[in-house]
Amino acid sequence: ARRTIVKEVWGPVALPSGVTNPKSRLVPGSPHPPGPKFLLLQGHLELGSGLRRSNSWTCCPCISQKSPLQTIGEEQTQNPYTELLVLKAHHDIVRFLVQLDEYRFASAGDDGIVVVWNAQTGEKLLELNGHTQKITAIITFPSLEVCEEKTQLILTASADRTVIVWDCDTGRQVQKVSCFQSTVKCLIVLQRLDIWLSGGNDLCVWNRKLDLLCKTSHLSDTGISALIEIPKNCVVAAVGKELIIFRLVTPTGESLEWDILEIKRLLDHQDNILSLVNVNDLSFVTGSHVGEMIIWNILDWTVQARECNFWDPSPQLDTQQEIKLCQKPNDISIHHFTWDEENVFAAVGRGLYVYNLQMKRVIACQKTAHDSSVLHIAKLPNRQLISCSEDGSVRIWELREKQQLAAEPVPTGFFNMWGFGRVNKQASQPVKKQQENATPCSLELIGDLIGHSSSVEMFLYFEDHGVVTCSADHLIILWKNGERESGLRSLKLFQKLEENGDLHLAV
Amino acid sequence: MISAPDVVAFTKEEEYEEEPYNEPALPEEYSVPLFPFASQGANPWSKLSGAKFSRDFILISEFSEQVGPQPLLTIPNDTKVFGTFDLNYFSLRIMSVDYQASFVGHPPGSAYPKLNFVEDSKVVLGDSKEGAFAYVHHLTLYDLEARGFVRPFCMAYISADQHKIMQQFQELSAEFSKASECLKTGNRKAFAGELEKKLKDLDYTRTVLHTETEIQKKANDKGFYSSQAIEKANELASVEKSIIEHQDLLKQIRSYPHRKSKGSALCSAETQHAQDQADQVATTSNPDESADADLYTRRPAYTPKLIKAKSTKCFDKKLKTLEELCDTEYFTQTLAQLSHIEHMFRGDLCYLLTSQIDRALLKQQHITNFLFEDFVEVDDRMVEKQESAPPKPSPGRPPSRSLDECPIPQVFVSVGSYKSSVESVPIKMEQELGDEEYKEVEVTELSSFDPQENLDCLDMDMKGSISSGESIEVLGTEKSTSVLSKSDSQASLTVPLSPQVVRSKAVSHRTISEDSIEVLSTCPSEALIPDDFKASYPSAINEEESSYADDSEGAIHFQASISPPELGEAEEGSLENTLSQTDSSCCIGKESDSLRVPLSTPAHTHSDPDGVVSSPPQRYRQKDQGFHVDFAGENASPSRDNSSEGFPAFELDPSRLLASRDVSKTSLDNYSDTTSNMSSIASTSSDRTPSSAHPTGPSSERHKKRAGQNALKFIRQYPFAHPAIYSLLSGRTLVVLGEDEAIVRKLVTALSIFVPNHSRHAKPVKHWVSSPLHITDFQKWKLIGLQRVTSPAGAGTLHTLSRYSRYTSILDLDSKTLRCPLYRGALVPRLADHRTHIKRGSTYYLHVQSVLTQLCSKAFLYTFCHHLHLPAHDRETEELLASRRASFLKLNLGLVNEDMKVVQYLAELLKLHYVQEPPGTGHPTLRPPGT
Repeated sequence: ARRTIVKEVWGPVALPSGVTNPKSRLVPGSPHPPGPKFLLLQGHLELGSGLRRSNSWTCCPCISQKSPLQTIGEEQTQNPYTELLVLKAHHDIVRFLVQLDEYRFASAGDDGIVVVWNAQTGEKLLELNGHTQKITAIITFPSLEVCEEKTQLILTASADRTVIVWDCDTGRQVQKVSCFQSTVKCLIVLQRLDIWLSGGNDLCVWNRKLDLLCKTSHLSDTGISALIEIPKNCVVAAVGKELIIFRLVTPTGESLEWDILEIKRLLDHQDNILSLVNVNDLSFVTGSHVGEMIIWNILDWTVQARECNFWDPSPQLDTQQEIKLCQKPNDISIHHFTWDEENVFAAVGRGLYVYNLQMKRVIACQKTAHDSSVLHIAKLPNRQLISCSEDGSVRIWELREKQQLAAEPVPTGFFNMWGFGRVNKQASQPVKKQQENATPCSLELIGDLIGHSSSVEMFLYFEDHGVVTCSADHLIILWKNGERESGLRSLKLFQKLEENGDLHLAV
Repeated sequence: MISAPDVVAFTKEEEYEEEPYNEPALPEEYSVPLFPFASQGANPWSKLSGAKFSRDFILISEFSEQVGPQPLLTIPNDTKVFGTFDLNYFSLRIMSVDYQASFVGHPPGSAYPKLNFVEDSKVVLGDSKEGAFAYVHHLTLYDLEARGFVRPFCMAYISADQHKIMQQFQELSAEFSKASECLKTGNRKAFAGELEKKLKDLDYTRTVLHTETEIQKKANDKGFYSSQAIEKANELASVEKSIIEHQDLLKQIRSYPHRKSKGSALCSAETQHAQDQADQVATTSNPDESADADLYTRRPAYTPKLIKAKSTKCFDKKLKTLEELCDTEYFTQTLAQLSHIEHMFRGDLCYLLTSQIDRALLKQQHITNFLFEDFVEVDDRMVEKQESAPPKPSPGRPPSRSLDECPIPQVFVSVGSYKSSVESVPIKMEQELGDEEYKEVEVTELSSFDPQENLDCLDMDMKGSISSGESIEVLGTEKSTSVLSKSDSQASLTVPLSPQVVRSKAVSHRTISEDSIEVLSTCPSEALIPDDFKASYPSAINEEESSYADDSEGAIHFQASISPPELGEAEEGSLENTLSQTDSSCCIGKESDSLRVPLSTPAHTHSDPDGVVSSPPQRYRQKDQGFHVDFAGENASPSRDNSSEGFPAFELDPSRLLASRDVSKTSLDNYSDTTSNMSSIASTSSDRTPSSAHPTGPSSERHKKRAGQNALKFIRQYPFAHPAIYSLLSGRTLVVLGEDEAIVRKLVTALSIFVPNHSRHAKPVKHWVSSPLHITDFQKWKLIGLQRVTSPAGAGTLHTLSRYSRYTSILDLDSKTLRCPLYRGALVPRLADHRTHIKRGSTYYLHVQSVLTQLCSKAFLYTFCHHLHLPAHDRETEELLASRRASFLKLNLGLVNEDMKVVQYLAELLKLHYVQEPPGTGHPTLRPPGT
């Protein structure tokens, strides 16, 4: 099933301390981000003032005594994305990207418009206007897996309390539902039953023709922040700190009525649940604002594993006080998960963690993968991982087995989170040893996609066309593999030559 | 020489069928004519004979039936131009050679006067006594009041250069035909209007006479007619006859075949209208009706007059002026066309021909020429050519093949047909005709030999007094020819440069650090500047600290520092001021040397069947090889990497070849170097030769020259010029950071000559920005001038700069540092050698263009070689292709290290441009390094 992306908490909920209001993030044009973002140090203002830096030249976080951000130079040999295209159509924060097929995607954001793009050329195909307020959720229907024959639809929910169904081939507005009591914050399509669910303050079930099949009672004022499908016609909804399991009663021989029943409430989280993701057929995972990650059994909804100490991964933590000082909840809130067969990848605060499902422990981590909260991560083939962050950067990581060579010191800047306030001490050998033991793998930065000037909200990975990122600076950037593009251009060129009859192959 | 009247008639017998000017054989298309007196060592830019006018002009004369031949007007309308030249006499001359038999009147077999639509005649005429040669274009205009209804006119292009007239005959003919056509169309319109009025008059007269006769008849019942009545009746009859005659004339004039007014919608519409009217007139059998119709519908404003029976031809009646003869609108159009012609054919013949060749060659490279050529120019030419294209085979291109016919290149173009060509310096039009000042006096002063005085004068010059404001014409006076004999011996100075070449390489190695991506050096500190650099260009260093006042001191230093091995160079520096024209004779041949593409591509020797350039010009070749620009495809050695080898010290400034031009003082102050303290003696002194004051076309030529000059200064002053230029060539955005807008703009303008264009329509250069840069800016612009703001707000600017440092190179003008990728190639040193002996901005511009064109041809080859990009068969892997590409770049194109990236980047631009059908629709992609 397609995962629903929920990253923000809207509505009248008081934002937990440390969570930046989404609107108060960077405004395009004001390059200086609020909060702990970049600041140029004096030495960097002197462009080439005689310092022979090695082959990297980067921004430094202004809180320099904090663990430095891992940086990579300009020659990112392993980074294939060497071309970029800036796509401009939105007038406000672009929050959502959704893939339509192999070459198209749609973007939506706070300006209420949906734009359909060609991922290959960056061409704007359609602009869908209909919402009067910001878009809060977008999903394709039927979703990607079985979209061959029927016309593909896009469902968008907006803060204007409507849901619009679009035909994404023509741009036509197929239908509009405006009978919601509250803003729909998440949408989910149950492909198997050919229905979709909208989650706001209550949960509604709709069929393809937009008939309301059934709905729950009012759940909470906070509203549902995330929804996933689990087996046995059940869905899991994240409502505040609670997880609520609902079961759909489908029409059977005796009753033609649909119904939705609350089965269970799971109260294991201490704080608001920010992320909820299906991991595999056996489990799903949730992450909360205070850094609790719980892996649940998908069938009996029991806790399989729990990892709460992302702020405390090393067993012997002697500098408790210092850590308490710096560990604001925002630094450990879990914004997003992604997974593969073995691992769950979690975006925790500014860092990235790899949790192995078999070993039930964190096998690799990058505590300060970004300068600011990581908002979205995705797994690429070849054990690669992409993450994007509020600081406007998109980074590509590779999960590598750590070589257990004691002689070779780990590069500094990796696991030196313990050296707050005393950078010099971070290289102390025992600590490092234990780190190596604690995490058998490492996340190596192999590429830094710098382009956005403000928080990168989300991205999409196309196997053939590269990566698409969207940002609060109103832009969408299409990152392309330069070599591949060059080859494609050559191919096109010779095709055109051939069409014109000008291709004479030498004998 | 030629004895008067030396007349060549080009009149044709045919009436309308074919264009008269495509018949004579074309001049050799790609040869620059030799200066005929080159063998005698004469200065080609001195005046051939004592012509009494200062430059070419256009004269319009009329053979007046009252006073005979008389000059009407000249273009430009300035007495200074033709000086003491006797216009009256020359009018007589040119009017007396009209070969056409334009008979108008009553032909033997016809009852009515017949209008003869004669073709204009085109004649070349020389008058050695006056030192004037002219292309004369005769035409006749219709005038109802004139004898035989015609007024003979002629337009003459008068020049002191016979060869110019002869060689440019077809162009002149085509352009003048346009003017003449315009004039005649207007005239026909006016003539028809005149006839209509006349008809109305006649009709009215007839009515009046008729009534009178009737009255007389009634009054006179006696049965016989009084003599008065008979007279009236005769008068009536003659009026009737006159009406019929005029109607016939009107019909004739309206049925004028409009084949000629090609392309003009206005004309065709008018034709249609006229045709309709003619039909109407023809069909109306009753003259009364037609008269009535005329009276009340068409021209209600016109009140007919009674025409006296005997309209006496009186000699004191005022003939219509040219403007009255012709519709005002058309008249202004004609004048505009004529001044266009005047601009178009300004300057030396050599220059005209070279630019024509350039244009032709440039057009051949329509796949690559968007990269570095001035796209506006190219477009203009395209339009211009297309306008005049259909019947006319211009010498600039093969007669059989027009651009539209084969818009697609051959994949395998022969090396011969893909030679590099320098950017042409087109003749641009200047709009203002007045305000021309010629300071001929100063020329002779400057040609004298006191160096100090010279420099003083030049210093004043630099401070903006004379600078480039006025055009100082170099005339072929006795004095300048005496200079000539001395300078002849200097021709040999161009050669002995090789030791310095070696040293300059060493220098460039020193400035580049191998271990870092950051190429960093500080300019003002003298310690960094190598000794040999200092020795040869001391002033380039000194002027950094000194204000203008010290410039003369610097010059002394400069002269004092001559060491024996560098004597030639120094001499050349000082002589540069005095030599204004002579040097050029020795340089073209040399230059052509370096034009050859250092390219050995044995795999691609398929000859382009349509290749035009592949047949080298023959016409003047046998006479003097030295003056001949050779476009034949010889492979020079790829190892030639220093510009000073291929280029002589004395440079030919093409703008100097132009005849005197005026310039507006005020324009383009950001290109001017007069206010800058960055100017170096070495370059400014060359700048201040009399010819440099020559104006150029409105801006582009001047712009190029300024840009070239400033680029030259940049190269000489900054040791890191190479990596900076490499950044531009490889598509990495270069940000020029500085506080002073003027300086930044100047440098950006200078560096913009290295920036490859993305399409014909967008030059990716932003001269001045003060707001923080965005990612889109880097996608859009490849060269940006950025304001350094010292306030806290400026931190944001710097923040973005450092954030996007992966896409940018940053040239900090204030601290004289550059942050950019390392460059170790061989291409840029050739393009921008800080020890280059090129002194003039425009020459350097041409040098850059020529090197870049070579580069383009490499990129072209690389892009269009099928086997480099697509596998020859299925089993070939991508790795194999990549290695094939690399080896092609290295071995076949002779590129090393980073030069490959330059060619690869240009190749990507070519691909994009070629694939995108309408250029400029797609987004340019931003390409970070590491590709």
